[in-house]
Amino acid sequence: MKILCLIRQVPDAEAKVKAALGKVDLDGATMALDGMDEYGVEQALRINEGGANTVAVALGNTRFEDAIRRSLAMGLERAVHIETDLLLDVVSQAQILKAVVLEEAPDLVFVGGQHADTDSQALGAALAEALGWNQVTWTTELSLDSGIAKATHDTDDGKESLELALPAIITTQQGLNEPRYPTLPNIMKAKKKEIRKTTPEQYGITNSKVRIVSQEIQERPRLNKLLDGKDPVAAANELIRLLHEEAKVI
Amino acid sequence: MILVVCEFDTKLKKSALEILGAAQRLGSSVTAVLLGTGAGNVALQAAQYASQVLVCEDALLAGAKNLAQAVSDLSEQAEATLVLMAGSRGGREIAPRVAVRLDAPYLEDATVLSSIEGGLQIQHYAYLARVTETLEAVAPIVVCSVKPNTQVVAELNSKTGEIFEVELELNASGVTVLGRTVEKTSRVALTEASLVVTGGRGLGSPENFALIESLADVLGAGVGATRAAVDAGWRPYGEQVGQTGKTVQPNAYIAVGVSGAVQHLSGMGKSKNIVAINKDAEAPIFKVADYGIIGDLHAIMPALIEAAKKLR
Ligand SMILES: Cc1cc2nc3c(=O)[nH]c(=O)nc-3n(C[C@H](O)[C@H](O)[C@H](O)COP(=O)(O)OP(=O)(O)OC[C@H]3O[C@@H](n4cnc5c(N)ncnc54)[C@H](O)[C@@H]3O)c2cc1C
Ligand SMILES: Nc1ncnc2c1ncn2[C@@H]1O[C@H](COP(=O)(O)O)[C@@H](O)[C@H]1O
Repeated sequence: MKILCLIRQVPDAEAKVKAALGKVDLDGATMALDGMDEYGVEQALRINEGGANTVAVALGNTRFEDAIRRSLAMGLERAVHIETDLLLDVVSQAQILKAVVLEEAPDLVFVGGQHADTDSQALGAALAEALGWNQVTWTTELSLDSGIAKATHDTDDGKESLELALPAIITTQQGLNEPRYPTLPNIMKAKKKEIRKTTPEQYGITNSKVRIVSQEIQERPRLNKLLDGKDPVAAANELIRLLHEEAKVI
Repeated sequence: MILVVCEFDTKLKKSALEILGAAQRLGSSVTAVLLGTGAGNVALQAAQYASQVLVCEDALLAGAKNLAQAVSDLSEQAEATLVLMAGSRGGREIAPRVAVRLDAPYLEDATVLSSIEGGLQIQHYAYLARVTETLEAVAPIVVCSVKPNTQVVAELNSKTGEIFEVELELNASGVTVLGRTVEKTSRVALTEASLVVTGGRGLGSPENFALIESLADVLGAGVGATRAAVDAGWRPYGEQVGQTGKTVQPNAYIAVGVSGAVQHLSGMGKSKNIVAINKDAEAPIFKVADYGIIGDLHAIMPALIEAAKKLR
């Protein structure tokens, strides 16, 4: 079975995100492989033990190489990096990735359930549609048996179990697995693994359908009225009074 | 014309009333679309908010692929310039497929929508909701999903809209549903609650969640949990708030024994008031709190429940 994992490099969750002049500034921010993508990489490695026939595919700038190396250090076999500084809308991304998927001809493609930079859940669905494939979103359990996938996934009001034929797109969710940490020898090995480079222009995409007008950090000013709980009853009474009389929420 | 894809069960869901409201305010004529079993039962209700209602109950209308085909076929036939969908999990699975089919720009999870010459401008959150982005798309047709609980619901029109039954040409989707479980709660749904009480790992045990439930019941609040509490098996996943759980924006969010990790904040950080109870004065949750008590929840919570009861 051949498996592709779409991956992204995003600011580390603990990184302080800054914005200046209407634009997010990631200079100096610690970047990492998106946690949601790690679930996909891990699942690929559990299906194809040893990592044979597993390929990372990344669409993004030069810095994405760190995330690619991380996925290779976890155990994927090789990578394709569609290198670009363009910030493309999801339909354009799907058009490029469709071409890469057709070149690579996998049975299964893992996509992160929600990206930690764009907060988007759209790529898996968009790519599935571009390919005419079925897909499972927010997948928490996956088993494969002779070309048929059985999956459980989270829905708006609970869970659903599905059966579908491969090829298919699986988008990840917490609970799918516990991603491994790369070992030192594997980090060394990953440095020698192949990264095939290409560009969006090779697939005929040169601009985005969506324009980013501005990016701002809008922090709601918070009152920060903190009470000392040494006298629990007094503190509780005061908190309820504040919520009732001042905030008027109860 | 704006095509509004409505979610419903026995009546229109709140998400549908919200996106119908957004469509009304954008000022163009509104066509509501009702797809799937039971659509006919809500057509009259939808007709009170839209000038046209398109109804299709084809049994093949299930699964993202077929629903997306239906929406894109109908929007082409009706010559829509904008397709609005709910930003629920289901909506956000279908909407990008519609955009691909129409080769249209897709704007996702909008919190604010405004018309611009030849297109649409929206705001939405990015970077785990730490950043507010303004995006715009100019195109003959734009697809947009709208974040739940961000829009004022639709107003009744003076004139009832026309209802049309439509036929679609669909094929079997290739996905078989083996089973479904719906998580029921006797309390108000988390995403619709105006008050939420959430417990974290600090509760220490599933039994101690009785403290959270009692306060929630006195206040008429929804109950939430952190991932730590869900992973420990103390609470069902449906209660999880955060990046990989639900997003809530209540009038007051009361976090008890919750540290305030970025992934948790991304699901509740836009709440109008944040209240924290934590024994650690340095806990990050206090940095975003409007009100809080620094102390042991085992002492504070019973007192808080008593104080809240007196208010009733
Ligand atoms: C990809 C990814 C996605 C994630 N998605 C989510 C998500 O959707 N939702 C989510 O919540 N998390 C999510 N997380 C996990 C997140 O990073 C945190 O680990 C989690 O939110 C911590 O939960 P907590 O606050 O309950 O526990 P802790 O961080 O352990 O905090 C417990 C708090 O309780 C306090 N406390 C302890 N005892 C008492 C007491 N007696 N009285 C008062 N206070 C007390 C402590 O001081 C502490 O602050 C995600 C992580 C990753 C990597
Ligand atoms: N049951 C508990 N009682 C007291 N403190 C706790 C408990 N669980 C977690 N914490 C605190 O929560 C924070 C994160 O803990 P952890 O990540 O579980 O190691 C630490 O500051 C702990 O002291």
